[in-house]
Amino acid sequence: MLEDALVASTLDTALLGGADFAEVFVEDKRNSSAFLDDGKIEELTSGRDRGAGIRVVAGDTTGFAHTADLSENGLRKAAEAASAAARGGGGGVRKVTLERQHASRDIEIETFPETVAKATKVELLQRADEAARATGDSISQVSARYGDSRRKILVANSDGLLAGDDQVRTLFSINCVAIGDTGMQTGRESHGRTIGFETFDHHDVSEMARTAANRAITKLAARPAPSGAQTIVVGPGGGGVLFHEACGHGLEADLVAKSASVFAGRMGEQVASPLVTLIDDGTMSAEWGNFAIDDEGRPAQRNVLIQDGILTDYMYDQLRARKEGRPSSGNGRRQSYQHLPMVRMTNTYITGGEDNPADIIASTPNGIYVAQLGGGQVNTATGDFVFGMTEAYLIEDGKITEPIREGNLIGNGPEVLNRIDALGNDFAMGHPGTCGKDGQGVPVGDGTPTLRVTSMTVGGTAA
Amino acid sequence: MTDLLAIAKKVVGWANDDEAIEVVAVHDRDTEIRVYGGEIEQFTASESQGVGVRVIRNNRQGFAYAGSLDEDVLAETLAEARDNTPFGSEDEFLGLAAPDGVAVPELGLYDERVATMDTDAKIALAIDLEAQTLAGDPRISGIESADYVDSISESAIASTAGIESVSRESGSYVAITALAEEDGDTQIGFGFSVGRDPNALDIGKASSDAADRATRLLGAVQPETERLTIVFDPFVTAQFLGILGGTMDGDAVLKGYSLFADRLNDQVASPLFTLVDDPTNTDAFTAGETDGEGLASRRNVLVENGRLNAFVHNAYTGRRMDTPSTGSAVRSYSSVPRVGTRALFLEPGTQSQAELISGIDNGVLIQGVAGIHSGVNPVSGDFSTGAEGLRIRNGALGEPLREITIASTLQKMLGDIQAVGSDVDWLPMSAAGVSLVIADVTMSGS
Repeated sequence: MLEDALVASTLDTALLGGADFAEVFVEDKRNSSAFLDDGKIEELTSGRDRGAGIRVVAGDTTGFAHTADLSENGLRKAAEAASAAARGGGGGVRKVTLERQHASRDIEIETFPETVAKATKVELLQRADEAARATGDSISQVSARYGDSRRKILVANSDGLLAGDDQVRTLFSINCVAIGDTGMQTGRESHGRTIGFETFDHHDVSEMARTAANRAITKLAARPAPSGAQTIVVGPGGGGVLFHEACGHGLEADLVAKSASVFAGRMGEQVASPLVTLIDDGTMSAEWGNFAIDDEGRPAQRNVLIQDGILTDYMYDQLRARKEGRPSSGNGRRQSYQHLPMVRMTNTYITGGEDNPADIIASTPNGIYVAQLGGGQVNTATGDFVFGMTEAYLIEDGKITEPIREGNLIGNGPEVLNRIDALGNDFAMGHPGTCGKDGQGVPVGDGTPTLRVTSMTVGGTAA
Repeated sequence: MTDLLAIAKKVVGWANDDEAIEVVAVHDRDTEIRVYGGEIEQFTASESQGVGVRVIRNNRQGFAYAGSLDEDVLAETLAEARDNTPFGSEDEFLGLAAPDGVAVPELGLYDERVATMDTDAKIALAIDLEAQTLAGDPRISGIESADYVDSISESAIASTAGIESVSRESGSYVAITALAEEDGDTQIGFGFSVGRDPNALDIGKASSDAADRATRLLGAVQPETERLTIVFDPFVTAQFLGILGGTMDGDAVLKGYSLFADRLNDQVASPLFTLVDDPTNTDAFTAGETDGEGLASRRNVLVENGRLNAFVHNAYTGRRMDTPSTGSAVRSYSSVPRVGTRALFLEPGTQSQAELISGIDNGVLIQGVAGIHSGVNPVSGDFSTGAEGLRIRNGALGEPLREITIASTLQKMLGDIQAVGSDVDWLPMSAAGVSLVIADVTMSGS
């Protein structure tokens, strides 16, 4: 992407102000997307973003500048701007010697997006549209999106690190509207992998379209969701969002350091039911939050955050790790070269349990079965969090019965973690997600087996 | 300064005879300063630019964008957009916006003091914000973030249909998130102040709002489930209006995604409810002289005294519904123009929030909602969000409440509106805030 010598001289410029640490992050990202709505391909879009972000740390201050101009002159100006922003102390010349590090993934990309004919990408959407509309007469509208990206990054820093990655992501999503006597209802399905177009060899868009359509059709018969405290059973895969919000964010070391997390100061303590082992794992092949190196050049890691209910670690980026004299955990990520990295999750999941999922439902006299979750949000300082249920049913006398309408559930992270009393043996990963923090979005994955929470508050309208 | 219009026109000049081309070119300069413990924690000085090219040929549309304005990139982006064009579906209504004779308002949305203000003065604003918030109340235990942010955005749009539009806007704000602690309970609150000129920022208001919001929730409890009247704080109303706005855009109406599609001229809300989309109001954070297709911004009354009056349109949705564009194309350089509301404003009533509360026997003041995008479905109208706030009893504020949800449907909530406050608050959002009283909402708790 850039010559090693140019990267090194840019770092030298960034360090001229006497900084403690400097970093150059170069990104060249190409993406393409196609959007179908109302039976038509609205347009095919191609995009390209290329540039460098330069970070300079002096004491507790981080200076940052970015540029789309990757010439020697452009990089020098950005390095000077970052150095000035960091307001380092006295000058002094430091020369950086870079050593290239290799981090690899255990999976090869078979079909890079740029090798796939545009007509093939568009045809995928048309096939999905037809399949969704054929699912039932009540399907009144369909929209579907295909997107792919190839993101090449290079990271170099004043510790001498030089590393690169080539990240390919492929995404498909479909939304259906069904119309009936009770008004309109929606159903959604999505699929995303950190690999190329070959993912569609194993995942049929027509099948996903039928799944989305059936979700919308089922909800036409849904009754209002109950209100108040209920026992909740979450289906396999779906519960990842719950942990992402209930404790994932609260285990990010930058929030912990500012005491903005209910999990601050609780290392080694029992913070969850002994059934819970929570892992954040950037190495999971092809999953949505997968990469070879993070956006600070650190190889992806598998980190055990909660072991049998005991808090064992937080997640770290380079900056927070330096302050605490420990290595980064490979969780330094950023949306693009125009953003500073911070502590972010990758693929976050709960390991499988031993219960038969059918037994978990059968042993629940009354409650809610949440088959699909929507997004969520957490207040890390109080631990209160919400997540949406986009497909849910009543459990009556140990059986899944009627569908219920959409709504949010609310709970308190530490309380809910302790109220998990059953964990299935049917672990599955959930849907591709985009995690937002401080205005930056990054791709993340999550997963869980079927699980039961003895009590959470359901935000419906029925008594 | 880069001449964005010249760049856009140059690309338009490369159009072939049988194609329509629209080019948007943008240039942004941003400063972001975050302080912590009286020191700068992060200082970002950024400059970015981009170009988006839309090509329509044989009633098919293609698009490409790039984060650069270099000459070779412009040519490559046009070539990519052209290459994408045959893959769009044929649609007779596709076409660019054409000049419609509506005069572009001069709003004076650029204030050069954003550019000329000394960096140290900007840093001082953020440091002052943090210090004032920490000093305001002994229960304030820490600061999660204290930020000063400003931006200067310039853009130009040119097309083969004769559009030539330029805009330049400045903005600045301070925002703070504070932590409060008492008896082992921690709560969080935010405050901000917005201005085109950084000298106009109200540090005192931002810091006292953050401290009030955090401290008044200390000791919050989870109440029992019941139906009652709620009062949305202005910040929450702004989020509510944002969701409603999405149901009134021409695209959603045309494609059957809007629950109001067949309700034009019907009474859809309480007569107290008059909703206007007005990007020509200079008080609005998202005010703009032109829309995403280069047409003049205009004031659109969406709901008048509860009657659904109009939807918003861009050139495409207007053409399909045989009505003019309402100047409501929204876009960034990385997308084709979509349609949407731009600066929503609810006509205020006559009573302050305190006066509204004094008339409520049993209710909740909703200070914040969570999960508004996961629990509100604008197609079905189902509304359910997490919430926190203060109990209202016999006309006065009572104990703080947490871990609750509020639920109803959008359709029902509009009909259940009891009053709109007089306390209009301009927020860094695409809707203004104002207190809003809604009856018969389910509050779920224990």
